[in-house]
Amino acid sequence: MLTPESLKRIDREIAKYPADQKQSAVMAALAIAQEEQGWLSSEAIECVAGYLGMAPIAAYEVATFYNMYDLKPVGKYKLSVCTNLPCMLTGGVDAGEYLKRKLGIGFNETTPDGLITLKESECMGACGDAPVMIVNNRRMCSWMNPEQIDKLLAELK
Amino acid sequence: MAILGAINPMLTVGLDGDNAWRLADYVKRDGYSALRRILESGIGQGDVINEVKKSVLRGRGGAGFPTGLKWSFMPRAFPGDKYVVCNSDEGEPGTFKDRDILRYNPHAVIEGMAIAGFAMGAARGYNYVHGEIWEIYERFEEALDEARAAGFLGRNILGSGFDFDLFAHHGYGAYICGEETALLESIEGKKGQPRFKPPFPASFGLYGKPTTINNTETFASVPYIINMGGDQYLEAGKPNNGGTKLFSVSGHVNRPGNYEVPLGTPFATLLEMAGGMRGGRQLKGCIPGGSSAPVVPGPTMMDCTMDYDSISKAGSMLGSGAVIVMDETTCMVKALERLSYFYYEESCGQCTPCREGTSWLYKVVHRIEQGKGRAEDLDLLSSVTTNIMGRTICALGDAASMPVQSFIKHFRDEFAYHIENRKCLVPVDVQRAGSGFFTATA
Amino acid sequence: MEIEIDGKVAQVPDGSTIMDAAQQVGVYIPHFCYHKKLSIAANCRMCLVQVEKAPKPLPACATPVTNGMKVFTHSELAIKAQKGVMEFLLINHPLDCPICDQGGECQLQDLAVGYGGSTSRYQEEKRVVFHKDVGPLISMQEMARCIHCTRCVRFGQEIAGVMELGMASRNMHSEITTFVGRSVDSELSGNMIDLCPVGALTSRPFRYSARSWELARRRSISPHDSVGANLALQVKNNVVMRVLPRDNEEVNECWISDKERFSYEALNSPLRLAKPMVRVDGQLREVAWNVALDYLSHALQDVLSRNGGESLAALASPQATLEELHLLQKLTRGLGSGSVDCRPRRRDFSADGKLVGIPWLGLRLSEIKDLDAALVVGSFLRKDHPLFAQRLRQLAKKWGKVSLISVSGDDPLLRLHAQLAVSPAELPLAMAAVVKAAAVLRGEPVPAGLADVEPCAASQAIASSLLAGERRAIFLGNVAEQSPQAALLHALANELARLTGASCGFIGDGANSVGGHLAKALPTALNAYEMFRQPRKAYFLLGVEPELDCHNPQQALAALQAADLVVMLTPFADGPARDYADVLLPIAPFSETSGSFVNCEGRLQSFSGVVRPFGEARPAWKVLRVLGNLLSLAGFDQDSSEQVRDEIVAAGTEFIGGLDNRLAAELPVALARSGDGLQRVADVPIHFADLLARRAPALQQTRDAAVPAARMNGETLKALGLTDGVLVRVRQGAGEAVLAARVDETTPPSCIRVAAAHASTAALGDMFGAITVERA
Repeated sequence: MLTPESLKRIDREIAKYPADQKQSAVMAALAIAQEEQGWLSSEAIECVAGYLGMAPIAAYEVATFYNMYDLKPVGKYKLSVCTNLPCMLTGGVDAGEYLKRKLGIGFNETTPDGLITLKESECMGACGDAPVMIVNNRRMCSWMNPEQIDKLLAELK
Repeated sequence: MAILGAINPMLTVGLDGDNAWRLADYVKRDGYSALRRILESGIGQGDVINEVKKSVLRGRGGAGFPTGLKWSFMPRAFPGDKYVVCNSDEGEPGTFKDRDILRYNPHAVIEGMAIAGFAMGAARGYNYVHGEIWEIYERFEEALDEARAAGFLGRNILGSGFDFDLFAHHGYGAYICGEETALLESIEGKKGQPRFKPPFPASFGLYGKPTTINNTETFASVPYIINMGGDQYLEAGKPNNGGTKLFSVSGHVNRPGNYEVPLGTPFATLLEMAGGMRGGRQLKGCIPGGSSAPVVPGPTMMDCTMDYDSISKAGSMLGSGAVIVMDETTCMVKALERLSYFYYEESCGQCTPCREGTSWLYKVVHRIEQGKGRAEDLDLLSSVTTNIMGRTICALGDAASMPVQSFIKHFRDEFAYHIENRKCLVPVDVQRAGSGFFTATA
Repeated sequence: MEIEIDGKVAQVPDGSTIMDAAQQVGVYIPHFCYHKKLSIAANCRMCLVQVEKAPKPLPACATPVTNGMKVFTHSELAIKAQKGVMEFLLINHPLDCPICDQGGECQLQDLAVGYGGSTSRYQEEKRVVFHKDVGPLISMQEMARCIHCTRCVRFGQEIAGVMELGMASRNMHSEITTFVGRSVDSELSGNMIDLCPVGALTSRPFRYSARSWELARRRSISPHDSVGANLALQVKNNVVMRVLPRDNEEVNECWISDKERFSYEALNSPLRLAKPMVRVDGQLREVAWNVALDYLSHALQDVLSRNGGESLAALASPQATLEELHLLQKLTRGLGSGSVDCRPRRRDFSADGKLVGIPWLGLRLSEIKDLDAALVVGSFLRKDHPLFAQRLRQLAKKWGKVSLISVSGDDPLLRLHAQLAVSPAELPLAMAAVVKAAAVLRGEPVPAGLADVEPCAASQAIASSLLAGERRAIFLGNVAEQSPQAALLHALANELARLTGASCGFIGDGANSVGGHLAKALPTALNAYEMFRQPRKAYFLLGVEPELDCHNPQQALAALQAADLVVMLTPFADGPARDYADVLLPIAPFSETSGSFVNCEGRLQSFSGVVRPFGEARPAWKVLRVLGNLLSLAGFDQDSSEQVRDEIVAAGTEFIGGLDNRLAAELPVALARSGDGLQRVADVPIHFADLLARRAPALQQTRDAAVPAARMNGETLKALGLTDGVLVRVRQGAGEAVLAARVDETTPPSCIRVAAAHASTAALGDMFGAITVERA
């Protein structure tokens, strides 16, 4: 189900924890699986659970609890926009609206070409850089005024 | 760089943006000298804890609990595994200081944790890093590799016989994991649902073993305390409020960012350092300690100094030192609605009052914001918050309630206006101008 | 610790909670998530109470008692907190108790009466939660009723040993679910229905068939396994509508297995035999009781007068009552035959006559929790003895070292100290290795015949676990009793017990296995196996279906088909008996008769019928008594089952005497290595194990009731040139079965696991004999 490279990365995560605590690596393992496959199918969750010797439902609990996991397919790029209060005060909500208009989609929707999924997100811990957004859970983009957003969208094409 | 100013700094001394985070730079700044001194000069575990006690370093994560005292709760004689855990799961709206500490000074955290491990006899530590700041998580892993390679982590550190291993664990989008026992559950590979206390982590923590959890900034302060001595650190702040602190200033200021100032610095000074109010507008309200802290009206805030006691007197909390500044263009109903949504979304779902209550609060505030408020709604909200507060396992229920209570208390007229007139007191175009989003572009 | 609760003083041990103390002094504190057998979640917050000096109300379930603590459960602060929680619980809960299946027995409904408001302040939309299909036993059709107490989740993790339900998502969208559409398959799953305080998890077979207040609750005892779980049978209009556990901490605690919970459906089955039937001109005809009994007594006398007493054999199920077994053996012996038995699955009887006393568990069930180590030999633990396995699970969770030597590597869902899976033929060898290891560790001479045995690491580990600590036990499971080398296993276990100081005993394969010994329903002539190997002219069958219940069904069926007279006392009218039986007498199952079972620990538990017998069915003890009268035998004049019982055991007996697992004479130890060829490993699938379970529709839809396959490990499969899923023909003697081949890495090498007790394998021979396999 997962590539040998992904399993190797998961092994490195497992090694961080005591030998009888493999389950500790589940968050990292799910993130790695999602990175490889774009989203977390139930097969992927079950594969991770089996690899770590935990009940599939226990891994599913984790996958559904933390909101950076995607249990449905998303676009090639997932754009999470923080709209929480500090960001909102400095344009976070406006940035979200701007993106929606530009892309012609709402939050939790994907552009028809499958390129971009838009998500509204909670505090990313970077309020001083507001508005902030994250691309594919990995890359944080700061001070996203209209100009910066246009630049980002151009880059993501 | 988002550390934009400082008065008598410690944590941020000598930092040069992204260019000085590596081990070599840290060592040049006298880094790892505290750990080295402890291990080489035979300073005892108790001595280290005493020094931290003397410094009156109070937990920088939000609760402000004296760190030395917390460390002394660890059963030092306990023979089995013990853990030190760093809480870098910084998701409290308004707070973004730990991100900068990890970004610009990660080795201070590593050194602080190693010292803590020594002081409490723990051979293993974890740093739980907020999943949203992935690049910083990766940097921290790199810093860990550097520290291991240099012999500051691992077996027999500096030939002292002291073993300490440290690993990074990332979150993946759950504010509640900033609560220390939820964080432990999360490291154990479970949902981040807080545990009932007692037992406290000091006796039953990670994997059921004695564990001490501190905030990133707290750990990062430890090497400085050891180097300058607890007394001097305390003097850098004010009585009962030792040291300097990083304040994250966000919202309607000209230069949002982190500022390291001594505890007790006047708010007005901090505001000035942050470039003052944007567009020269008036301070309407300020949340001085992260979104969970009660909002303080502008005029009261202007009289406060930035320390645990002064802010507490003003009816709020210093919390994590996240200062959310709101000017007169802010619709307080909308502001509260967004916060209420946040707590509703982030409730772990475990305790009845929080699971059900946070959604109820949000739905009512949302209704008011949508112009569908009812006359009795404000009393209902206040009644629901009293039914949540103090009735849950962790403090999220309280955190969700305090904004509701304080916003209504201080801005009741604005809520009443919203209910009666079915629209914002602050005109929408004024609000829009306030965010500065559309004017920011050329 | 001294604590005052609402003015009442309680002395409680250190570590007690306020809830513990309150229960001790009889103060009720409302709660939902708290359950005495589960870990503390403290999430429902219903049990908030006021504690002196505490600024906030505290959850009674989780707050440890401190000395001198003063608690107020009904103070203004406490009541306000409890009412506040109740309001939150109700805002999203449907307020339609009249149409809820749980109505009338709902903890939320009950507490809402005391703590709920009369109107709701909640004006927003209620939460919608989608229903889930989790299999035939538990209904999760109304998950909007769930209050997220997580009792069901904790039950799975902690009691059943397998996490099948979890609480997914977070905040108010949290929901209890299985992993993407899976079913709940634990053999203990039904307990979650009892644990659910609301109408979220309900009994699927029972759902909307009756209201709780229409049901009369009658006490009974489980006929399904040797634990003797205490049951409450709930009755409406003379029909058993539902079965629930009755708390008995020493027996079943508060649990029952799914088999015990859902087998009742068979009691109301259309397959029930309503009237006696007699074969006339090759056809079974319904007749009146007097006609049937008259016919039977004449036919019996006819056969016996022509062929002698020993031409009769009687076989009973080990689930028959003490009274039934007693009268059956009396009748058989009265007719001149010593061929009576109640151990149909047994193969090796060489210990008979050498038993010092009645074989039993060797200790009380309630003592299991205090063991330091336990060894189970030859058992499909979880499926053979769900509640017994549960006790071992709790033991293993604490400190006990539990080891398992068996013929499959089935996961008992408990933390094992050591596990050995060997072929049936090598079971004694594996035991011998532990015996030798123990002897070496003790510095005692190696017992005769074990010189060549080489203990492996696992046997060493088992031996040393049995030598450490105060209390240790060895348990022989069903496989050990059914093994062709049962007596040898018994002797080795005794030797191991002697060496280690552990107790030794049998878990027992029937509800009344121990009672069978007490009733002397044991052969003085042909045993349960020989009575078919040496076919008799007449057979008397009591509650047993030889084609499913015997060690060698092929042999049994052949003998029955050839016999002149087969009399069957049974509650059911279906099955092969319709071909071979000459007289079918409808008898009352456990719910319709009084009687007694003696469980594995020697506990005598008597029960009464809870409903009138179905149709013209009669309690078997009465049928046997009348037959005795008709046949002019002495000692058949009892007026009640109690009188029958009193003949066997003194009135008021709680635990029977004479329990002893020792063997009077030493058995020669002859250890065989696994021979050539393939061996059969036969489990008795849990829901095929007895007459009732076999006919319970919901149980028959579970995964545990899947059609048996020919299971072998990958290596064996490959060596045989087979692949997973192909149809194979397995053969024993003249019989065969066509099954799907399945890879099962838990099956020992050179073994094929083919379940017994199923129609598809009824043509096969010995449970643990040689078997051949080929592509079908």
